[in-house]
Amino acid sequence: MSTKQKVLVTGVIGSDTHIVGNRILSMALEAAGYKVIALGALTPAVDFVKAAVETAADAIMVSSLYGQGELDCRGFRDLCVEAGLDDILLYLGGNLVVGKQAWPEVERRFLDMGFDRAAPPGTRIETVIEWLGRDFAARDRRPHPRKA
Amino acid sequence: MSACALLIDFGSTYTKLRAIDLDARRILGSGQGPSTVTSDIMIGMKAALADLEKRLGTLPRFKYRLASSSAAGGLRMVTVGLVRELTAEAARRAALGAGARLVGTFAYRLTKGDVEQIVALAPDILLLAGGTDGGNSAVILHNAAALGRSALACPVVLAGNRSAADDAVALLGTREVIACENVMPEFNQLNIEAARAAIRKVFIDRIVHAKGIDRAHAEFDEVLMPTPAAVLEGVKLLADGCAGVSGLGPLLVVDPGGATTDVHSVASGEPSVAGVIPQGLPEPRVKRTVEGDLGMRHNAATIVEAVGLERIAADARLAPTRALALLDLIGRNMERLPQSAEEAALDQALVRTSVKLAVARHCGNLETVFTATGPVTVQHGKDLSNVGAVIGTGGALVHSRDARAVMEMALADAAEPLSLRPKQPKLLLDREYLLYACGLLGAVEPQAALELALAHLEPIDTEVPHE
Ligand code: B12
Repeated sequence: MSTKQKVLVTGVIGSDTHIVGNRILSMALEAAGYKVIALGALTPAVDFVKAAVETAADAIMVSSLYGQGELDCRGFRDLCVEAGLDDILLYLGGNLVVGKQAWPEVERRFLDMGFDRAAPPGTRIETVIEWLGRDFAARDRRPHPRKA
Repeated sequence: MSACALLIDFGSTYTKLRAIDLDARRILGSGQGPSTVTSDIMIGMKAALADLEKRLGTLPRFKYRLASSSAAGGLRMVTVGLVRELTAEAARRAALGAGARLVGTFAYRLTKGDVEQIVALAPDILLLAGGTDGGNSAVILHNAAALGRSALACPVVLAGNRSAADDAVALLGTREVIACENVMPEFNQLNIEAARAAIRKVFIDRIVHAKGIDRAHAEFDEVLMPTPAAVLEGVKLLADGCAGVSGLGPLLVVDPGGATTDVHSVASGEPSVAGVIPQGLPEPRVKRTVEGDLGMRHNAATIVEAVGLERIAADARLAPTRALALLDLIGRNMERLPQSAEEAALDQALVRTSVKLAVARHCGNLETVFTATGPVTVQHGKDLSNVGAVIGTGGALVHSRDARAVMEMALADAAEPLSLRPKQPKLLLDREYLLYACGLLGAVEPQAALELALAHLEPIDTEVPHE
């Protein structure tokens, strides 16, 4: 990790009120040394982006539990690009789709949407922290700093 | 002889004086002269003093002579922030709370065109914000550099990302820069007091001189603040009270004027109904909004535009063609006072509409969001449905033939259940135009100021609330 404390924006997208997992995740990430901007439940996609712009966030962590994830997250990366956050790290997790669907296929769909990682139901927090560490390290090794 | 205070408002049209007997909490008298800031401020001041002297017999020795000013265009400000709904909005609120007249608000990276526009606006102060502390610094630095290279001459109050402050000061160049706390230090946290104080200080140190107000310095001790800030201070004192005297509690003030309609509120604005979820930027407890399109004279046309000629004419009980002819008359002479029953009726309709729209915009709204589990109610803005008092001030209201009919427009309406306007407040009229005086006097003798205002606000009897 570089010297500057990494900033993460978290929240539950759309009309989704399932806050428990998102809150646990936010607390755990803070304990792991990140600065967490927690937007809470019922957060419109644009609010994630606006918060990330002002705080110069390094990653956005979107939760979606109620099964509408695909609808709510459509165009999320485009919103980020539009706001000048071309290269921000985007994670998504929760119960992303309705019913039993094969995970690799679901994951593919969300990665195609522009998310860097999608977490299947039951993903452990340790795993998420490990991903973040690895992804940030990879970014910090890049020759040119991407952010102002 | 008991101690007296002289309170002066260097306004855009008049120089107004109030002489107060501090011990008796009584207005000794008022004086008025023209506003002559653009030529020689002393002419208007002397005329106002002569007017006051005529009414009092002799002028007493004043213990305090305090002034506020909205002359020479008021405190003209431009604000710049990053995201429109976040730091740009926080900057806007800080400027309004400092009593400024906003002449331009900008967000994101300033373009060449934006900078040219700002230079052409020639504000008295520019407030530059952007980024939370430790957050985005690229945009505020870009904007500081763009302004630094420009011909902008005014002082800059810098209230953005703390981590970028030193670099921003350097980029802003040789012009005067006052750096203060960020208007949004943490995401969605509003912190406008420091910026307000910095703006006030620049106003006292620089603007009062730049506008030539200090040429009248022999006649006053100090110009403390812009007049809208004095009104806001008065409103705050009235709501909160001071040591020994309790205030009126949460309240709302509406001030329909010739060019704008101002609304002030002192109230937390939190939801009054359980289960309602507030959304958006937190609201300042002491809030001022200015509606630039609702002015009885300079913006009568836009008032009519907002609701339609038919509605205005119907409210005035005039034929639309007649209303239009009278509006034309006003349009050609901004200083015109009503000279017939018809003109008074038209003015009444205009002020009723201004009050209704301005208060509706100041107060928050409920919105129903449909989720999978059913509807959820969210609140945007302040819930002012339970404020205990609504105070009306300003010439248009005071001179209205039926002030109650105007002030009722500020109240909740069963036809618009989502608008969080006051439900059953006491209605009070500031007939003596004392709120600014109360704000100024409050800086030195809060208890006298408060008791003076409480004694002079005139209750307007309300009928059974119209549901
Ligand atoms: C509690 C609960 C509720 C409560 C929520 C209370 C609240 N305010 O939080 C209530 C009763 C309100 C509720 C309502 C509904 N619920 Co519900 N609810 C649950 C339940 C039982 C537990 C959720 C929970 O808190 N889990 C515990 C936390 C710790 O786990 P988690 O949220 O999954 O989070 C972890 C990981 O997923 C991960 N994670 C989370 N976010 C992110 C983000 C990123 C970036 C990453 C990497 C990881 C990550 O980290 C967390 C910690 O390990 C689940 C079933 C289940 N067992 O999961 C259903 C469930 C989520 N609900 C469901 C449904 C359908 C609903 C309703 C639509 C029901 C209805 N028809 O009314 C409504 C929707 C309400 C709304 N508008 O959001 C379905 C969703 C189906 C789907 N996605 O296909 C579930 C899966 C139940 C089911 N099997 O059918 N629900």
